[in-house]
Amino acid sequence: MGFLFEQDNFALFRDGFLQTIELSALSALLALLLGTLLAAFRVSPVPVLRAFGTTWVTLFRNTPLTLLFFAVTFGLPPLGVHFSHLTFAVLALGGYTASFVCEVIRSGINTVPLGQAEAARSLGMNFFQTLSLVILPQATRTVLGPMSSVFIALPRNSAIAGAFSVGELYSAQQTFSERGYSIFSIFFWVACAYLLISATVASLFRFLESRLAVAR
Amino acid sequence: MTESPVEDSTPAAAPLVVLSNVNKHYGALHVLQDIDLEIRQGEVVVLIGPSGSGKSTLCRTINRLETIDSGTITLSGRPLPAEGRELAKLRAEVGMVFQSFNLFAHKTVLENVVLAQVKVRKVLRSHAEKTARELLDRVGVGAQADKYPAQLSGGQQQRVAIARALAMKPKVMLFDEPTSALDPEMVNEVLEVMRQLAADGMTMVVVTHEMGFARSAANRVLFMADGKIVEQDTPDAFFTAPRSDRAKDFLSKILHH
Ligand SMILES: Nc1ncnc2c1ncn2[C@@H]1O[C@H](COP(=O)(O)OP(=O)(O)OP(=O)(O)O)[C@@H](O)[C@H]1O
Ligand SMILES: [Mg+2]
Repeated sequence: MGFLFEQDNFALFRDGFLQTIELSALSALLALLLGTLLAAFRVSPVPVLRAFGTTWVTLFRNTPLTLLFFAVTFGLPPLGVHFSHLTFAVLALGGYTASFVCEVIRSGINTVPLGQAEAARSLGMNFFQTLSLVILPQATRTVLGPMSSVFIALPRNSAIAGAFSVGELYSAQQTFSERGYSIFSIFFWVACAYLLISATVASLFRFLESRLAVAR
Repeated sequence: MTESPVEDSTPAAAPLVVLSNVNKHYGALHVLQDIDLEIRQGEVVVLIGPSGSGKSTLCRTINRLETIDSGTITLSGRPLPAEGRELAKLRAEVGMVFQSFNLFAHKTVLENVVLAQVKVRKVLRSHAEKTARELLDRVGVGAQADKYPAQLSGGQQQRVAIARALAMKPKVMLFDEPTSALDPEMVNEVLEVMRQLAADGMTMVVVTHEMGFARSAANRVLFMADGKIVEQDTPDAFFTAPRSDRAKDFLSKILHH
């Protein structure tokens, strides 16, 4: 276990840890914004937008994440899109997670009685006002549970980025393995780090749930 | 409402809402069949008829919560806009009260009445709150302003819903069975608010089976069956001497139980 504190190992581990957090946080932000937008598309009265949302979800939810990373990292540069490895990873992971966020929000929207939207529309609210002022705030509470599962899975999914030149936690593990440290102790520390992140995300959601529980 | 005094309840000629030759289908079901209807400013029209006859559908086409297949509907002489900003604007001018209240569950009573004023009418918040409190007082729920809808009785919720619709200063109010979901002891408090509104000159379309309300507040009763307006008359004439067999049959059923 002590290898972590030898040579520059700790710096490597710490950088990987921070990179995982950065990657996860950026992807989570992208997933939340894009996922909400996609959910709005999927319930919108405009057929083209609905089709776009459905296609996105079908495509991204059913493609293995590794394949998405491949597609983004090797597919975009020939099209003239050049970003850092981290940005590509955020796009792949964020786009993938967005499809799950979209479905969670959409099912949340479906739990809000139809009469709420009718009342909003009858008062002259447009589609976005109806959604943002009336429907989504009421969907939030039912959405939090399933949403926390999505965001707890995200940091773990981010490990795939290690295979695509992002110096995150999982790639730090590979470096340690190459340096010949015992697999068991490497995995012990890496697992601890992921556990810490997941636990933080989980408690954040528990906090939100308790906050919203009193608000009514 | 201060617009027009009670004496005006034999209203002026200008039709506010005009439906001409309106048709609507749900698949094979022809729910609205060649509906022609003119509602004058200040008029109170009660829609009655058997279940499934198309009363709700007719009511909801007037603010375009339901689209129509053919025909035209005009409000103050202008055809209902198909969609977008214009439609939203129109809806703000047509108040709607639902059977199941549909108050925004995550907002306080006050917020329910303030929200659309601020977001749709772009009224200053302080002004909107003042209007909201006045309206809540007027419908007798001023003391509940800071509660959430779920903390109110059905009758109170429906009165808040009326206040919420009135806050938009609508030209016409639509009521779709506003008292059907209420416990019997709460029906009257809601009808009383509606009677007052009618007396103040509001143009109203009311789907209801409350014959007492129809007799005391309506200028005209429309009897619908199978997607058609079968008969229309003053409440007195309709209830004492219905002409069509459908209406006679319907009245005998609802008046004798
Ligand atoms: N969204 C819909 N899709 C298909 N059919 C519908 C829809 N809404 C209503 N209908 C049908 O249209 C007919 C008229 O419905 P509507 O709700 O207007 O009747 P109503 O006169 O208000 O009846 P009630 O007194 O039961 O409220 C009914 O047969 C109903 O089943
Ligand atoms: Mg109905």
